[in-house]
Amino acid sequence: MNIVVCISSVPDTTAKINFVDNDSKFDENGVQFVINPYDEFGLTKAILLKEKHGGKIIAITVGEQKVEPVIRKALAIGADEAIRINHTPKDSYTTAYHIAEYLKSNSYDLIITGRESIDYNGGAVGGMVAEFLSLPFINACNGLNFSDGIAQITREIDGGKEKLSAKLPLIIGGQKGLVQESELRIPNMRGIMQARTKPLSIIEPSNIETLSTSVKFEKPAEKGACKLVSSDNVGELVSLLQNEAKVI
Amino acid sequence: MSVLIYAESWDGSFRKSTFEAISYANEVSKLLDTDLVAISFGNESKQELEKLAKYGATKIITSDIIHKGDSEATTEFISKNINDVNIIVFASSYTSKMIGPRLGAKLKAGIASNVIALPTSTDPIQVQRKSFSSKAIENIEIHSEIAIITLAPNAFEIIENSKNCQIEKVESVKEGNITINGQEVSNGKVSLAEAEIIVSAGRGMKGPENWNLIEELADVLFAATACSKPVSDIGWRPHSEHVGQTGKAVAPNLYIAIGISGAIQHLAGVNSSKVMVAINSDAEAPFFKAADYGIVGDAFEIVPKLIEEIKKIK
Repeated sequence: MNIVVCISSVPDTTAKINFVDNDSKFDENGVQFVINPYDEFGLTKAILLKEKHGGKIIAITVGEQKVEPVIRKALAIGADEAIRINHTPKDSYTTAYHIAEYLKSNSYDLIITGRESIDYNGGAVGGMVAEFLSLPFINACNGLNFSDGIAQITREIDGGKEKLSAKLPLIIGGQKGLVQESELRIPNMRGIMQARTKPLSIIEPSNIETLSTSVKFEKPAEKGACKLVSSDNVGELVSLLQNEAKVI
Repeated sequence: MSVLIYAESWDGSFRKSTFEAISYANEVSKLLDTDLVAISFGNESKQELEKLAKYGATKIITSDIIHKGDSEATTEFISKNINDVNIIVFASSYTSKMIGPRLGAKLKAGIASNVIALPTSTDPIQVQRKSFSSKAIENIEIHSEIAIITLAPNAFEIIENSKNCQIEKVESVKEGNITINGQEVSNGKVSLAEAEIIVSAGRGMKGPENWNLIEELADVLFAATACSKPVSDIGWRPHSEHVGQTGKAVAPNLYIAIGISGAIQHLAGVNSSKVMVAINSDAEAPFFKAADYGIVGDAFEIVPKLIEEIKKIK
């Protein structure tokens, strides 16, 4: 089974979020980049599936050379080879288009993306790749197994979950529950050494125009100070919520 | 020219999120001076469909039921029934997150997701959306012929604007390459996405056996329950309750955090709440910096008192 895992390089979850160039671009200065947490769930799932069913894991990313440490980390964790499409991601459409174009001429059985990336939170690349490749797509996927070559899938729905099945090839948007937090792999020294020699191919993108542009970023308004209520006077909190905040 | 809204239903009924989205779509259609068309495929009764006219729809396109888990069929159905549409609006939902992107690729339409306000410009379309896990607001411009807007949860109010509308039943589409084998839905609980009040708790609750307190408080407030990441990681509560950067992002009117320290990743998922209350025994807990109201003290003493006080006013 050839499993393609789409990897996005994102600022660490504790990174300070600031903007430069007239607030039009994210300020990468001093920011540590990591594998998007949702993609890490997907990569871990790919490793567990490979351990059970055999096959190959291909990590694919769209980005400039500076994202290579993150894709090398995916190799160190367990991907067998990596593809970097040499393009600065500007919108979901072009990112998905480049991934789909590459996959059209390469073999795959299962494509895993994260539900969304934690930077721009577009949540659109997986569904777009699915449409470009005419594949079934299951988003918010929190369970995936195979029996007799058929994928048995669960996805989160409002207030519960839904069970589905589909033949391969197939694409999922993964989230927590796809693997447990305890199953996430930390790269070991051997993995890191091996990652240096695993193949990383750089693909030049075709020319395609974006459909949307980020014009400007703003920071949300700062909150006022917290009003503290004494623990002996819980009734005052209820009164504040009822009469001042008017939320109960 | 028209604005199209996907009117999502659950077991044949529309919900608050549908009416919020259609109210938003109606305001957009006013800005563009065009008609508002609603599309649905959830086997709604005529009476239910007519509710959409209350919020400005002048035409409703419907068909036999198409399963919401089948994104190939749902996308095909919507794209087949698009006539001279400039903007397609979706509420925030699991279904829209599958259809929206597929439709974007199919129609070559730019997408803005997590949108929080009406367009600031209509030619080209410019809207504000939440980005960087609500740590920033992004102004995004869509320059394709058709624009897709997916709203953030609880981002827009319901506005009534009754119109006369016609219902047109059209042919369905063939199923996609997926089989739906059934659903497990817990009934009677308020869903996190639509909850106006959320009672959330963290490791400060000391163990899953103490969650009856949290559930009781949620019951008296008609609230949904949620939890922090460590709590779902150690299995005290299901993953579906985890709110935060890698769990769910929520935006209720009131978020009550009990025994949650307020790590930056947790706050990223909840800081769109209108009012936040922190209850924590540690006066230095970062949540107090983000909260509007707070009580420093033992949750096991405060929560029962809180339940009693709320019962008095309900």
